[in-house]
Amino acid sequence: MVRFFETVWLVTRKDFVIEVRSREILYTTLFFAVSCVLVFAFGFVRDGRPVEDAAAGILWIAIAFSGTLALGRAFERERQSETLRALLMAPVDRAALYVGKLTGVLLLLGAVEVLVVPMVALMFQAPLFRHPLLLAGLLVAGTIGFAAVGTLFAAMLGRARSRDVLLPVLLYPITIPVIIAGVRGTAVLLQTDVDVPMARAWLAMLGFFDVVFITLALWTFEPVMTE
Amino acid sequence: MVRQREVRRRVGRFVRTLFLVLVLGLVPTGSAEGGIPQPPAPAAQEGFVPVDQLPPDEQLPAAPLLIAAYAVAWLAVFGYLWSVWQRLSRVEREIAEVSRRIEAGARR
Amino acid sequence: MTKAFLPLTILAAAMFGYAPIMIANAPFESTMGLVQKIFYFHAPSWFVMFAGAFICGIASFMFLFRGSRAADQYAVAGAEIATIFGLIGMVTGPLWGRKAWGVWWQWDARLTLAMIVWLTFIAYLLLRRYGGPGSNKLAAGVGLFGAANIPFVYLSVNWWRTIHPKTSVVPTLGPGMRGTFWFCVAAFMVLMTLVLAVRVRLERGKAQLDELYLSLED
Repeated sequence: MVRFFETVWLVTRKDFVIEVRSREILYTTLFFAVSCVLVFAFGFVRDGRPVEDAAAGILWIAIAFSGTLALGRAFERERQSETLRALLMAPVDRAALYVGKLTGVLLLLGAVEVLVVPMVALMFQAPLFRHPLLLAGLLVAGTIGFAAVGTLFAAMLGRARSRDVLLPVLLYPITIPVIIAGVRGTAVLLQTDVDVPMARAWLAMLGFFDVVFITLALWTFEPVMTE
Repeated sequence: MVRQREVRRRVGRFVRTLFLVLVLGLVPTGSAEGGIPQPPAPAAQEGFVPVDQLPPDEQLPAAPLLIAAYAVAWLAVFGYLWSVWQRLSRVEREIAEVSRRIEAGARR
Repeated sequence: MTKAFLPLTILAAAMFGYAPIMIANAPFESTMGLVQKIFYFHAPSWFVMFAGAFICGIASFMFLFRGSRAADQYAVAGAEIATIFGLIGMVTGPLWGRKAWGVWWQWDARLTLAMIVWLTFIAYLLLRRYGGPGSNKLAAGVGLFGAANIPFVYLSVNWWRTIHPKTSVVPTLGPGMRGTFWFCVAAFMVLMTLVLAVRVRLERGKAQLDELYLSLED
């Protein structure tokens, strides 16, 4: 068990150190998320005022899109230098590699959200921070759900042809429950009188999704990655 | 004897229905496209709007829709079966051919 | 399975030959009238789509964890069945909805669920088709996740909206309609078994051919 977390830590630290040196993925993903939000503004702002509930949708679409981009880039980097293959050859638990990569992706998406959430709140006059804990819960649970499926798919697509287009094609249908729960849960928080039990229900669904899909991913990572 | 008559009666009814369906399908297709599509009534959010409560120009003739639906179903099923069958016979022909070549090679 | 081809084909042909007669003779539904008769092919095709998705999920699991090659062949067949019958459901549904609801598409829970599941298995086939070598294993992951995802999609879209006639419609059908409906479901299930058998046979043939070519090169 100690060895498991040691491996997770090593893999995460490796990704973190590489990223800190170049900051390539962080900067590009951040800029992409910001331009996503901007593009949506043209669709969902009328007469200078945003359409009702638009903020929740824009926020989650920005997260999903930039998440896909970050996942693709993170594994492209591994592929170019054949490091993923080297990692897979190492005598360590495959599941630990998965958790390590997942943690890296989560850190990156967390950094993106720290910028994008206040930006959406300011630019779309969305009172997102009235229930900060619920919002944080939805964001964390939703991002984990999205990244849990995404990390597995991006890892296994590492050796497939046309991987950059296949990743969103496979990822979006399967993460639709996350998107629905995230968007609806956030939209609940934006209403004038917040229906807290409803937001909690969406949060619970996200939590359940996370548990099921992380378990499944830990389980399938080994057979899927074995050539 | 009685059963035979029963079957004949049923087939007759089917032929009549089919004829009706075809005639319905050929005649009023124009009005199906002619009606201006209106936004769904707000009540549609709750459940069905019974067809007979819609304004008359909203009421579509059902037959073309019905025929289109069944045509698509039959075409999809037969098209798919046909394509699988084609691929299957091609693969089997190729298997026969390759095994013949292997046998010929072994004899030599 | 091969021996079952002929009886299955005859049975399917007979059932599908008789189905239109039964449908034409079934009583008209009081509010929807003639268009309701689409239902006799529409609902069974969704049943078959979900059965195909289920087969694909189970087979993907068997392939990933037991390494069974045959399971992989069943998984492709299941995904193709889900795609084809999903297409039938996806086309017949709006044709009915246009008359019954006045619109082609509604963002109703059941419609959304069906569309998402359908898209998942199209994505599965795209991966197999364009993923390059080794993509069957990756596709198995997608098949497993796609099947596991169905309850979540069901739950989330149900909380989101609902206007489709409930499944509870089926027991309330009049006696003439109920018989026809279940007959059509049975016919579709027989057809699915036939398609599955043929499709698996094709996949097995392809595998055999690959082996033959390998032994030819030796």
